[in-house]
Formats: sequence, structure tokens, C-alpha cells
Amino acid sequence: MIARCLAASAAVLVLTLPAAAQTPQKVAVEKSHIRFAFKQMNVPVEGRFRKFDATVAFDPRKPEATKAEFEVDLASIDLGNPEGETEARRKPWLNVEAFPKAKFVAASVKATGPGRYEATGPLSIKGASFNITAPFTLVDAGGMRTVEGQFPLKRLQFRIGDGPWSDTETVADEVTVRFKFVIPSTP
Amino acid sequence: MSLPDRNDYGATAIGLHWLAAALIVANLALGLYMVDLSLSPAKLRYYSWHKWAGVTIFLLSALRLLWRLTHRAPALPDSMPTWQRAAAHASHHLLYLLFFAVPLTGWLFSSAAGFQTVYFGVVPIPDLLDKNKELADVLKLVHRSLAYGLAALVVLHAAAAIKHHVADNDGVLARMLPFLKPRS
Repeated sequence: MIARCLAASAAVLVLTLPAAAQTPQKVAVEKSHIRFAFKQMNVPVEGRFRKFDATVAFDPRKPEATKAEFEVDLASIDLGNPEGETEARRKPWLNVEAFPKAKFVAASVKATGPGRYEATGPLSIKGASFNITAPFTLVDAGGMRTVEGQFPLKRLQFRIGDGPWSDTETVADEVTVRFKFVIPSTP
Repeated sequence: MSLPDRNDYGATAIGLHWLAAALIVANLALGLYMVDLSLSPAKLRYYSWHKWAGVTIFLLSALRLLWRLTHRAPALPDSMPTWQRAAAHASHHLLYLLFFAVPLTGWLFSSAAGFQTVYFGVVPIPDLLDKNKELADVLKLVHRSLAYGLAALVVLHAAAAIKHHVADNDGVLARMLPFLKPRS
């Protein structure tokens, strides 16, 4: 009886301790990135966002308890081309004046294999919100946790590139978003 | 005036000449027009067409050079003064140099600007240079300057051809325009 009680409390401890230790962490932005790739006249083009912010409470042993929020400053778009960046900030594309931030909330995270997970949740851009699923890998090394993954996005779903730009022959509908977040991992 | 046996470029050389001429003039005009457009789907299309035309001109020029090296071109009329012969040879050498240099610098500029060239949207042409803004700015200037140089040479080339026909009446233009009878 006592032994069972002990075992039970031990189990409770094991289950609750890591979760309790899992306080939200800010990602190390300078070590992280949010990049995107798409095709323009069938030519692969890449870009990134310079400014974003993310708060993550994640325990690999309890992925379902994850709380993670990501915010991207859309005006910080970097296409390596000022003309393209100005255009991307304008109304037909990201309309950053009216919608300065894109937001993703990981509503559910599940393990799909060793070091592999899948996050699902609403992605909000330009006033529209759709659920996306982003598979990612996780590596813990040197007190840092590195999360890397990618997901496809249909730009026209969010009306990114409206009007004449909705022609997918010139700019493809599909955008691949690649992310890497480095988070100081809790011991 | 001209001697028939010296008057033959052959249909292949003539056909390639006019095909290249049409593409080069059209692409120079397109390049000049597209650069000042504000960003739009049309501008992206024009840039792609401009690059595809440039690649085509490069390949066509390689073919023409090969043809020219393996087939004797008709000699210049004996009536031409020495300086004109020298000018004709120099301008043709320079033209061929630019037929290659203009597309090459355009391709390098495009690579440095971060835009790969995908021929007809199908065949990706490898980027020789990595994305590099400073280098792209230099290459843009070089490409533009060489293109202006090519445009000037094309004008000179056409003006000389017309002068040969109108002023000299030596059949030089008619060799490349077979339906044009030398004036008598």
C-alpha cells in the first residue's frame, strides 16, 4: 500500500515536475530565422523576415501541453530587392499599414517520431486566419533547443498578392515557409 | 556592279542574320522600356522574356560565329577605301564581341541580383555568382553600358549598309537583302 502510494506520488512528480519547469521562453531571435520561398515566372525566389518575436513553452515529453505564440513584423520583409520589398508592403500584398503583424498560435503539438513533432494552429495574416500544420524537428545541444521545420502556404488564401497579382502564372500561389527557432532550453 | 560569284552569303547566313537582327533590336527596345516600369506582373513577364531572348541571342550568335568561321563570307567591294575596310572589320568584331558580352553580363547581373534565369520557364541556367547587392549594381551598369554600345553599333552598322546602297551603290546591302536589287 505504502509502496503503491509512493509509486503513485513519484509518477505524479515525474509528470508534473517537467511541466512546472516549463516556463515560457523567448526565442533567441538573432539565432533564429523565418524564411520563405516561392516561384516567380518559374524562377525560385527567397526572402525572409528580419523582425519577429516568439514565446514558447514546450516540453518534448509533454508536447500536447505546448504553449507557443509567434509574431512576425511583416514590414521587416527582406527580398534583397528594395523595389520588391516596397511592393510587398503595399495593399495588394501584405498591407502592413493595416495588418502589421502575422501571428501563429500552436494550438496542438504532437510527437510524430524521435525528435519529430507537428504543430497545428491558426495562422493569421492580413485579417484572415487558417489552420496550418507545420512539421518540425527538435535538437537539444549546448543548453539551446533548436526547432526547425517548414510548411506550405497558399498566398491567395490570405489574399496576399491581390488584384492583377493574383495571376499565379507570374507569381505562384504556393509559398514554402521555413523556420528555425533557437530557444534557451530549461534544464 | 557587284560580281555574282562574290555576292553570296547563302540562305543560312542571311536567315540567321535577320533572325538575330530582329531579336537584338526587339530585346534592346524591351530592355529600355521595361526598366522604368513600376513593379507589376507585366514587368516580371517582360524581364523573363528579355532574359529568354538574351539567352537565345547568345546561342544564335554562337551558331552564327561557328557558321562564319566555317563558311567564307563574300569579300568587300574593291572600291572601298582602306579605312572603311578597317572600320567594317573592326565594327563586325566588336558586334560579335557584344553579341556575347551583353547577354553574359545580363546573366551575371541577374544572378548577383538573386534572380536565376530559367530559360522559357523550363531550363534553369546555373547561377555563376551568388547574390551580392554591390556586385549586382556594378554588373547592372556594365550590362546597361554594353547594351547602349551594342545599340550604337547596330545603328552604325545599319547606317553604313544604307550608305553602301544609296551613296556607293556597291551591292553590299543587297548581299544581305537578296530581294533588294542593286540600283543601276
